[in-house]
Amino acid sequence: MRTRVFYLSTTVLLTIFLFGFAFQKTDNKTKQTPKVDNCLSCHKDIDDMPQGYSDYDVHRQAGLTCASCHGGDPSSTDQEAAMSPAKGYAGVPKRKDIPKFCGKCHSNIDYMRIYQPRIATDQVTQYYTSMHGKKLMAGDENVAECASCHTAHSIFPVKDPRATVYKLNIPSTCNKCHGNSELMKKYNLPSNQLEEYSKSVHGIALLKQNDLGAPACNDCHGNHGAMPPGITSISHVCGMCHSSNMEYFNATKMAKAFAEQDFHGCEQCHGNHGVQKPTDDMVGVGKNSKCVDCHDKGDVGYVAAEKIEAEIVQLKNNYDAATNKFLEVREKGMNDVDIGFLLQDAKQNLIQSRTLVHTFDPAKVVVKTKDGMNITNKAIMLSDKEISEYYTRRNGFAAATLAFLVIVIALYLKIKDKEKRKQA
Amino acid sequence: MLKNIGSKIVSSIDERYDLTPVRNLLQHKKVPEHRHSVWYYMGGVTLFLFIVQLLTGILLLLYYRPGEDSAYESVRFIVTEVKFGWLIRNVHSWSANLLVLFAFVHMFSVFFSKAYQKPRELTWITGFIILVFSLAFGFSGYLLPWNELAFFATKVGTDIVGVVPVIGQPLKVLLRGGEDVTGATLSRFFGIHVAILPAIFTFFLALHLLFIQRQGMHEPEEFKNLPEEKKKYIPFFPDFALKDFLLWVVVFNVLIFLALYFPWELGNKADAFASAPKGIRPEWYFMFMFQSLKFLPAHILFIEGELLGVLFFGVAGLVWMMVPYIKIKHRSGWKFQPLTLIGIFVVIFIVIMTVLGYLL
Amino acid sequence: MKINRRKFLNSILGIGGIGGILSIFYPIVSYLIPPKMAEPKVNSVKAGSTSDFAANSYKIVKFGRKPVILIKTVDNQYKALSASCTHLDCIVQYKSDTKQIWCACHNGIYDLNGRNISGPPPRPLEQYDVKIVKDEIVITKMG
Ligand code: HEM
Ligand code: FES
Repeated sequence: MRTRVFYLSTTVLLTIFLFGFAFQKTDNKTKQTPKVDNCLSCHKDIDDMPQGYSDYDVHRQAGLTCASCHGGDPSSTDQEAAMSPAKGYAGVPKRKDIPKFCGKCHSNIDYMRIYQPRIATDQVTQYYTSMHGKKLMAGDENVAECASCHTAHSIFPVKDPRATVYKLNIPSTCNKCHGNSELMKKYNLPSNQLEEYSKSVHGIALLKQNDLGAPACNDCHGNHGAMPPGITSISHVCGMCHSSNMEYFNATKMAKAFAEQDFHGCEQCHGNHGVQKPTDDMVGVGKNSKCVDCHDKGDVGYVAAEKIEAEIVQLKNNYDAATNKFLEVREKGMNDVDIGFLLQDAKQNLIQSRTLVHTFDPAKVVVKTKDGMNITNKAIMLSDKEISEYYTRRNGFAAATLAFLVIVIALYLKIKDKEKRKQA
Repeated sequence: MLKNIGSKIVSSIDERYDLTPVRNLLQHKKVPEHRHSVWYYMGGVTLFLFIVQLLTGILLLLYYRPGEDSAYESVRFIVTEVKFGWLIRNVHSWSANLLVLFAFVHMFSVFFSKAYQKPRELTWITGFIILVFSLAFGFSGYLLPWNELAFFATKVGTDIVGVVPVIGQPLKVLLRGGEDVTGATLSRFFGIHVAILPAIFTFFLALHLLFIQRQGMHEPEEFKNLPEEKKKYIPFFPDFALKDFLLWVVVFNVLIFLALYFPWELGNKADAFASAPKGIRPEWYFMFMFQSLKFLPAHILFIEGELLGVLFFGVAGLVWMMVPYIKIKHRSGWKFQPLTLIGIFVVIFIVIMTVLGYLL
Repeated sequence: MKINRRKFLNSILGIGGIGGILSIFYPIVSYLIPPKMAEPKVNSVKAGSTSDFAANSYKIVKFGRKPVILIKTVDNQYKALSASCTHLDCIVQYKSDTKQIWCACHNGIYDLNGRNISGPPPRPLEQYDVKIVKDEIVITKMG
């Protein structure tokens, strides 16, 4: 109890101390800005601050003032004078002017370089190529402009977890508009993408497992130049990460056939926002098979599909069996190191043979599954050896028992003899 | 020839150190023979198992490495890589369990034959102390492989210590070497198991054996009442010793049989952040206490149930240790002596609680 | 006759005794002999000789329970890094054309110091030390 009180009080004291320190620091910073910022002080006084204003906003942290964007004269205490158009006061930009408003600086590398030498300055140009940009130019006030995604007054760098455009926050940022079914109806767009995405492999990886390697919306659609990925480019989009799959697929005859028939590349079988972890029965001729959507019994593709699935399923089953054996060996405390390595190899083979499905060539798949089968069989064999070794350390035991038995019998007879002699 | 060399060595030692006391002891010590003589062997078996523990323990020490990220690995190494490592480890684990079992059997046999009565009070007390230390041996050794089951069992076990008022919490922290069961606990238990306990244990065991040698074997009531010529004895050496030895060989064989056919699983490495696995339970000899604590309601009157249970077992243990000094008048009308009745009750209680612990 | 029986019993006891002693000491002595792999935790591993390892190639080496990728660069330097991709544990490979470490699973790319430079991998690959002892490559744990 006493230690608790002690801890509590020290923490409180420490926090107070640190807070004081932090405030002092920000004070220093504001002092650094050369002029007195009357916009800020006055607007604070009359409690007329822009919505969502944050002191930690990247622009404010970089020392920019209200006037840096909105114009006017911050040194004047007279409202009239400070906000006179003669002093360059621009006021609140109209929605359709926002890209240009931000572009004043962000499209100017000479200016931006001062702050971040490596920064890109093509966002506005890109933006006008995007659907958002085109529509905005055409006078549609519903579409996203810069502030829709970045906010106006609490902007953070993209790597900052507080940012609306931080990777983990992107899906919900896009969803602010794209999840609005009312709004999306006007454009004939669905509004359940986030819902689908959250349940997909990518969504689970990103949102549940915080795997920052998993794609968010912008990784496929682009950000400033956001567009639906075109039919032809979709396999390139997926191929950015799933490179082998793309390479294999593009080399097949089927890729051409897909293109001719306006099929959607990867999406055709895997779907888009809701893409699930592929199952082995997606290939083959069963009811979950995608192949039979086009291929009928008897054609070459049908036969290939059947063969490929059979091969992979066989390897998968053998791999599972080997894994179970491995666990048993482990549990028994026998030597599992080598088996573990074999299983790692086998897993690699299984993954590769699944990737090779995209060649649609059973012969290529078989090369890997055969390797995999050999390795898993070896793992099973080794496990069996370990397990039987575990059960048959018995010969040595039998020999020892024999020796002990001889001792016991001899001793017993000796003792009996002694007793008899004593009685006699 | 061998005999000659042997007797030469003995006589040369005798010349220098005078072995008369030893010789006297060997020649004159005798063991009564009667219906209940078997029980005389139980202490000997326990002693044998303790020796096995010492030897296998020393062997394990050659490869075992305490530490959060080496303990489990080294035990796994012992059972997989080291030749016969599995045997040594399994004999050590089995022998530990049999040791406790035989210590209990021995204790109750001594109890029911009333061997603890004057003049053997101290033999009983030292005996009880070594039993408690055997349990401590078991408890501290259980954690050493640093596997999941042991980790969580130790957590639960040390938590129980924490319920004792005033000293409970500090004691728990002391045992664990910190607030939680961590690598620090492991180091601590290791030290306790391989250094502290063996030293203390050996000391009390030596006292125990010394007392026995000084006083000779206890003769039960019915044997004492026999007429002098009907009393049968066998010399301790070599007759009783041979029988003792025979039994040890048998026990040893059973031990390696168990080690081979029913090895102790190593399980998975402990992970402090994993959720507790199913079926965490203490070693069987703690089961009766564990189960009784579980049966107690959360609150009895205004005291925590668990606390009451722990206190009860503490007091009961003390009383049991002091049994030689407890006198209850035996009325002639009673069929059984009250202490015997209590002993029977204790045995039944322990058996039932243990069985329930495994069934429920 | 009696004497003979006694002698006989004694010699049987002797034979049994020797057997018993053997069956106790054989395991103990075997136990004392240090096993091939002398330690439970691997701290170093031999990875073959320098001469039969071509420049600009790689191999996967078992380091205890972990796979390690050993690379001989174009300028005959050795690099050893954990071979488990920090993304989802696939085994990485060395691309002799781009001189990078590549994970085929999701196109993750690392540089030769193990830094994750593109693709999903969230963290760099753990580095190992490589020493050459009399033409033999020895990989050891860092630090
Ligand atoms: C590791 C534990 C123990 C060992 C190695 C051990 C060893 C022995 C040995 C070798 C004997 C002589 C043979 C016999 O009477 O069985 C003995 C006697 C005795 N032991 Fe123990 N003992 C242990 C535990 C206990 C316990 C737990 C108690 C009681 C609480 C106890 C009480 C006694 C008594 C009173 C005797 C004298 C019995 C008599 O003279 O007949 N011992 N012990
Ligand atoms: S597992 Fe290596 S990139 Fe995904």
